[in-house]
Amino acid sequence: MHPNDPLYRVLYIDLTKKIYWVEDRRELFENYLGGAGVAINLLKEECPRGADPLRPENPIVFAVGPFTGLYPIASKTVAMFKSPLTGNLGESHAGGRSAIAIRMAGYGAIVIKGASKHPIYVAVHGDKVFFRDARALWGIKSSITVARIIREKEPGAGQRAIMRIGRAGENLVKYACVVTETYRHFGRLGLGAVFGSKKLKAFVVSGKRSLPVLDKRRYREIYKELFDTMVKSPLMKKYHDLGTAANVIPLNKIGALPTKNLKESKFENADKISGEYLAEKYLGRRLACAHCPVACIHLAALREPYENEPYFYKTTFISYDYELIYSLGSMLGIRNAEDMLKVLDEVEVLGLDGISSGVVLAWATEAYEKGIINENDTLGLRFKWGDYETYIKALRYIVEQPNEFYKALANGVDYAASKYGGEEFALAFGKNEMPGYHTGYLGHFGFLVGSRHSHLDMGGYSIDQKALGKEYNLDELVVKALREEEWRQILSSLVVCFFARGIYKPEIVAKALEPLGWNLTPEDLGKLGAKIHRLKYEFKFREGFDLDSLRLPHRIFETPTPHGYLDEYKFKEMIEKFKLLIQK
Amino acid sequence: MLTKKLDIIDADRCVGCLSCVFACARRYGEGGYDRSAIAVRSAAGVEKGFVVIVCRACTDPPCAKVCPTNALVAKKGGGVFLNPNKCIGCGFCRNACPIGAVMWDEAANKPIICVQCGYCVDFCPHGVIGIVERQTEGV
Repeated sequence: MHPNDPLYRVLYIDLTKKIYWVEDRRELFENYLGGAGVAINLLKEECPRGADPLRPENPIVFAVGPFTGLYPIASKTVAMFKSPLTGNLGESHAGGRSAIAIRMAGYGAIVIKGASKHPIYVAVHGDKVFFRDARALWGIKSSITVARIIREKEPGAGQRAIMRIGRAGENLVKYACVVTETYRHFGRLGLGAVFGSKKLKAFVVSGKRSLPVLDKRRYREIYKELFDTMVKSPLMKKYHDLGTAANVIPLNKIGALPTKNLKESKFENADKISGEYLAEKYLGRRLACAHCPVACIHLAALREPYENEPYFYKTTFISYDYELIYSLGSMLGIRNAEDMLKVLDEVEVLGLDGISSGVVLAWATEAYEKGIINENDTLGLRFKWGDYETYIKALRYIVEQPNEFYKALANGVDYAASKYGGEEFALAFGKNEMPGYHTGYLGHFGFLVGSRHSHLDMGGYSIDQKALGKEYNLDELVVKALREEEWRQILSSLVVCFFARGIYKPEIVAKALEPLGWNLTPEDLGKLGAKIHRLKYEFKFREGFDLDSLRLPHRIFETPTPHGYLDEYKFKEMIEKFKLLIQK
Repeated sequence: MLTKKLDIIDADRCVGCLSCVFACARRYGEGGYDRSAIAVRSAAGVEKGFVVIVCRACTDPPCAKVCPTNALVAKKGGGVFLNPNKCIGCGFCRNACPIGAVMWDEAANKPIICVQCGYCVDFCPHGVIGIVERQTEGV
């Protein structure tokens, strides 16, 4: 690491005392790079054993890494906290301008501690931190409006991130998200509720600086090689053209698109909510995270007339991605793009995690069908597949929590099912709602034992798809999946977006680190990845995670995958294998 | 005379990736964007698109007009040349540029002036900026 790289600076902000300070944590960065590697260490230091996720003792850690601000597609920030949804390790990544802004403000990580008594927002402008009153921003209907107001008040246009919560976060919905730059999210595991519990409405970061490198010529050469590879790669084409929504049709074709609470794995209306269809009819703009030439963010332009007022229209820009099309489209049986976009927009306005919201509503629909819940519980709403207007009303109820039923839904599908029944079709893994891949054993295995119960931990859904028509040796694939998760710890410590994982291979990463003043071999990186993974697992075990008491929703065995029907016993074997591997 | 200069080809194609902004700073062999001569910011929210600010290489540049020490000199064919030794960091040039294309190097307390090298163009994957030729009469 270059001695003058400001990466080693960690900004601590205490919301209770309204004070801040900077510590030199060079040793942490030298040993763990940055991002996830540094964040898990800071989380362990700051989060007491058994901490209540919604009490002041739960810290929020944001971390970036040595590649941030120096190499392309190093565009993500890692957030770590204790998750109110799972009661265990919370880790969520977001792009937008967040990573560049933190790095340009002169920090490698930021730790937010304590809680304010009244609503505030915090603005970090380079070396200065401001605690601003946010009482007038609390309760504003839309998370988008909040950012509009802050944008006018704060300096740093073009060089800042405005992270904020919606009413879901204020009301402590356990899967509330933090929105940044309007269309990117720290989506999963409830960071929004942690913000809300601290009365932290928004977090603004801005800055402008140079980052020194040791070998300027080499740095420029490697940058150019990486950039050229990226813009010519198939990744660029796929994610720039249609975005992640390109996955809808292929996953539906192989029967891996969870539909109507995974009663089915193919959706008859998939073409009407596909990336191709959305691009043709609605695509209004494509955007990039800062320092990423790919620009995978796709915004639909939805033009709607006002009722009773001729020639009066509003046009709303709504971001869509594969995961939301699954959770708020096929999972809810929504039959056309316009209906789906309206639900997506409501999720954005309220500041909810799109995946969890969809899975919760899908469970509620099936529970209503089966008579487990009735109209007394739902306050008159009649859940029905495809009825987007009911779903929008239900989302508002989840945020307002007017009765016990909606309070239960606001606690996640695992909790709601434990209270009302229907656990066999409550699609949660480690209490986190399921991502959109019913691809086979590795996909579900990854949701179950991945350190943040995300499809992105091990990429099991991809391993399943690549194994189609080939040998499907689960024993070997468990090893492969774990090695993948270990390597991804390096990617999320640098921090590069996982979409560039095909470019940032171990040899390339080692080579790109060199001119920045790091001396690490691909083997060193491999070992470090495993070490970071085990540290995360240590935290999980410390907080009560137990590989012997994991629950698999029975529904996944009832609906065929591209690899046929799954067998519960095989998961037990995979978990046993996994246990041996992580003890090594 | 025929000269080459940096220009905006189509700002509506900008995705806000900032690759050009970072490229400009890399001329100095450094990361970040403190010394970039390009600025990109959203036009009132990213859904409205982006404002891309580059030096237009004026043939009669107002920034040079107001320089009290002749540190900024108009170049033949457009644009300006900065002699940092003469610059006193008064900031008149920054205020004189109506499009805000004179950026500021806080550490050196001197303007950052686009030299129309076109290095940034190689890093715009979406055709927002380009090098164009134009006929000028000189100064």
